[in-house]
Amino acid sequence: MFLNVLGKTFRFLGYTVQYGCIAHCAFEYLGGIVVCSGPSMEPTIQNSDIVFSENLSRHFYCIQKGDIVIVKSPHDPKSNICKRVIGLEGDKVCTSNPSDFLKSHSYVPKGHVWLEGDNLRNSTDSRCYGPVPYGLIRGRICFKVY
Amino acid sequence: ISCLRSPRNPEQKIIKRVIALEGDIIKTIGYKKKYVKVPHGHIWVEGDHHGHSFDSNAFGPVSLGLLHARATHILWPPQRWQKLQPVLPPERKPLQREQE
Repeated sequence: MFLNVLGKTFRFLGYTVQYGCIAHCAFEYLGGIVVCSGPSMEPTIQNSDIVFSENLSRHFYCIQKGDIVIVKSPHDPKSNICKRVIGLEGDKVCTSNPSDFLKSHSYVPKGHVWLEGDNLRNSTDSRCYGPVPYGLIRGRICFKVY
Repeated sequence: ISCLRSPRNPEQKIIKRVIALEGDIIKTIGYKKKYVKVPHGHIWVEGDHHGHSFDSNAFGPVSLGLLHARATHILWPPQRWQKLQPVLPPERKPLQREQE
């Protein structure tokens, strides 16, 4: 009787571990659901929208200009930020704010990308903290769920 | 000694020693600024062989998000089997630590 319960518990634990491993691999290498918050990507993505992100293009290095990506924050590695890729390495980007009279340009260094939010007036992005290393990109958003 | 993705080439992983954490001010070797305060969320890494190392003296402080793993032991070749000590060379100590 006791052995029966013990056997069932171990089987349950085994299934939980298997499920956990598959879920972790899926989130790490395939993609997952992400809840976005903040006004910096309006009108494309509103506050508390649910989107689906896929991680395959990060591993095969085919993130392109214009993609919306989820990136680990350069200042706080535990939080993620969601922005659009404006420039890849070697591109010339405009680094000044839209309200400045004199525009300054610079080139995106090798291995980095330039990110900007769609809501340019209310977005902290590469115009504040500079180009972001490609290795910080977590995934690319493909479609909005809700 | 940590393993991180190279900020210059995202396909490459490099192994370097962590010299300073965020808030520390250190003296650099061959970097464009003589003294650098490591910004929030970043670390300063250096190779042990200073003259021939592609490290933070070349590309500046790296974001913590690029950190991948920590090297703890050398397994091969067997005559170099050892535990890697997290020791900071005394001449590379930071000049000022940020007080909590």
